[in-house]
Amino acid sequence: MKIDLNVDVHHLTRVEGHGNIHVRVRDGRVVDARWDVVETPRFFEVMLKGKHYTTAGILSARICGICSIGHCLASVRATESAFGVEIPAAARKLRLLAKHGETLQSHFLHLFFLAAPDFLGAPSVLPLVEKAPEAVRLALRLKGAGNRLCDAVAGRTTHPVSLQVGGVAVLPPRARLLALRDELERTLPDLAAAADLIAGFEVPGFERETEYVSLLGEEEYPFIGGQLVSSDGVERAEHQYREMTNEYVVESGTSKWCRLSRPSFAVGPLARFNNNHELLHPEAKKLAARLGLEAPCHNPFMAHVARLVECVHVTHDTIRLLEELVDLGEAQTMVKVTPRAGEGVGAVEVPRGILYHHYMYDDDGRIMRANCVIPTTQNNANIHHDLPVLAERFAVEGMTDEKLELLCSMLVRSYDPCISCSVH
Amino acid sequence: MKYLGIEPKRLRFAVFEFTGCEGCELQLANKEETLLAFLMAIDVIDFREVSSARNGEYDVALVDGAISRADEVERLREIRRRAKVLVALGSCACFGGVNRMKNACDLEEANREVYGDHPKETLPTRAIHEVVPVDLKIPGCPVSKAEVERIVQHLLFEVPYQFPVYPVCLECKQRFTVCLFDRGQLCLGPITRGGCDAPCPAGGLGCWGCRGQAAEANIDEFQSIARERGHSEREIAERMGFFGGFEEHS
Ligand code: NI
Repeated sequence: MKIDLNVDVHHLTRVEGHGNIHVRVRDGRVVDARWDVVETPRFFEVMLKGKHYTTAGILSARICGICSIGHCLASVRATESAFGVEIPAAARKLRLLAKHGETLQSHFLHLFFLAAPDFLGAPSVLPLVEKAPEAVRLALRLKGAGNRLCDAVAGRTTHPVSLQVGGVAVLPPRARLLALRDELERTLPDLAAAADLIAGFEVPGFERETEYVSLLGEEEYPFIGGQLVSSDGVERAEHQYREMTNEYVVESGTSKWCRLSRPSFAVGPLARFNNNHELLHPEAKKLAARLGLEAPCHNPFMAHVARLVECVHVTHDTIRLLEELVDLGEAQTMVKVTPRAGEGVGAVEVPRGILYHHYMYDDDGRIMRANCVIPTTQNNANIHHDLPVLAERFAVEGMTDEKLELLCSMLVRSYDPCISCSVH
Repeated sequence: MKYLGIEPKRLRFAVFEFTGCEGCELQLANKEETLLAFLMAIDVIDFREVSSARNGEYDVALVDGAISRADEVERLREIRRRAKVLVALGSCACFGGVNRMKNACDLEEANREVYGDHPKETLPTRAIHEVVPVDLKIPGCPVSKAEVERIVQHLLFEVPYQFPVYPVCLECKQRFTVCLFDRGQLCLGPITRGGCDAPCPAGGLGCWGCRGQAAEANIDEFQSIARERGHSEREIAERMGFFGGFEEHS
């Protein structure tokens, strides 16, 4: 039987930013399959030049409306590394809490609002408001807890204010920390309910052997700084990030592409899980086992499961951190900063994968050169290379243009791309 | 969103994004405590970031982001043709936002620096009102969801919305936030339009003026006080130029 299939998606929905999918199958063979990023470039690296170090984190947060806390954290870490600043222990805990809040709000936004409609046969979460209000309320409690954590620790969920070079400007009052701990504890049954929901999702059976890049945890599942690792065995220090990313410009789109040991690699929850699963909280490990997530996993659609597994880990870790902060009591959260000429790199695991900021400073603490390598920039080539393999795999009898379009769209969504971020 | 048991009219909303971080649209899905009521009060018929449904005609278009490429101009004009009310959502849409800082650079050189031998199409950044007429501007980086909710309520009940005329300073006083300007930080609170509930000073960061100039702000007086307190001309100018909300003064 002759199998011809056409997929043309202009400005894919339920992703952050603008990208197009194009697939052509003729006689069961893929003759063309592309992922094109068409987002408008903003030239952040150029705008960062000349900026004072106190401005860098505020400006670079604006690279992304979803992972602004991650950008701010990578930015202040790069600056502190350039200036040789060590932040206080309480500030380290607060920053990790802000990071956890962002992971929770972003992962739940993705799972419930952006991804779930595909598995539930709905165009969006909106029809579910009336059809399945309980599930929507569950989603809002979980996402809301993440946002309230960000608000309390970073001053705001989107474009944080308290995460500054030298530490964290404000220590939330004890009562607020305790209230947050209680709220997070109350979400534990909600997490179990979310697991039941996701257990019912029909995850497409598709695998493509992939190189996974992430931070390498030593004692803890990694989020802020440390060694860089790839599942193909490459290991580098944080400041050698360029050897891990190898960004290059492509003719066809406004996002750059990256490569390491193969034509493309992947970052994100699946990469973190594959490279660090042993460091997960026991409850998170238990959930991974229950949902069939096992390292090394090469099915990009399983990233949804990895997100929920990370949420369980992060929730338990948040409760621990909040209690440690309460025990610390009145603690110093900022140190004095003296700018100096030099350069520094900050690597942070943001919801979509590893993010790098790299600044070169002059004597006055103003940026001479800036470079930001975004997780989705690292994933774009991998999405592009997944597409033909996915199309080939599903170019079978009974496949229709509509069904293949849905599968391709779901593939891209499984990476939770942050496209405007990837172009910046 | 009933008031005294009376059902307001339903309006069809559409959300569109241009050059920016999409953080303002994201606020529409935040403030979870009231999100269900918010979503049930309006018909969201086109919102690419969260929905695959596309249904055509709408009453209110919320437009997020600035304009920096020719295809965006075309898309925006089409949205303007179809919308009864066009709302600029956030500082990028209202003023150009941080993207405007790009305009101070040589765009060819900027392109070479980022993309090398494969330059990408780009135009100087413009605010939405510089391209098509705008009916309402909601500033903020990001917008305050609470303020967006208030404005939507006014749209549903057909009551004009009055933006606060007071500066951010007043909201710091209401929250008992210790004045950062008095403690030596540069803060644009005295000259920036209130309505955000002053989250930045409460989080330990002076105001950056993302909502633009307050009514009757005495800019010259503020600048001279800031200089007296040791803030350099450059620091003040950079701060006021950051979001483009004080264009005539920077
Ligand atoms: Ni992002």
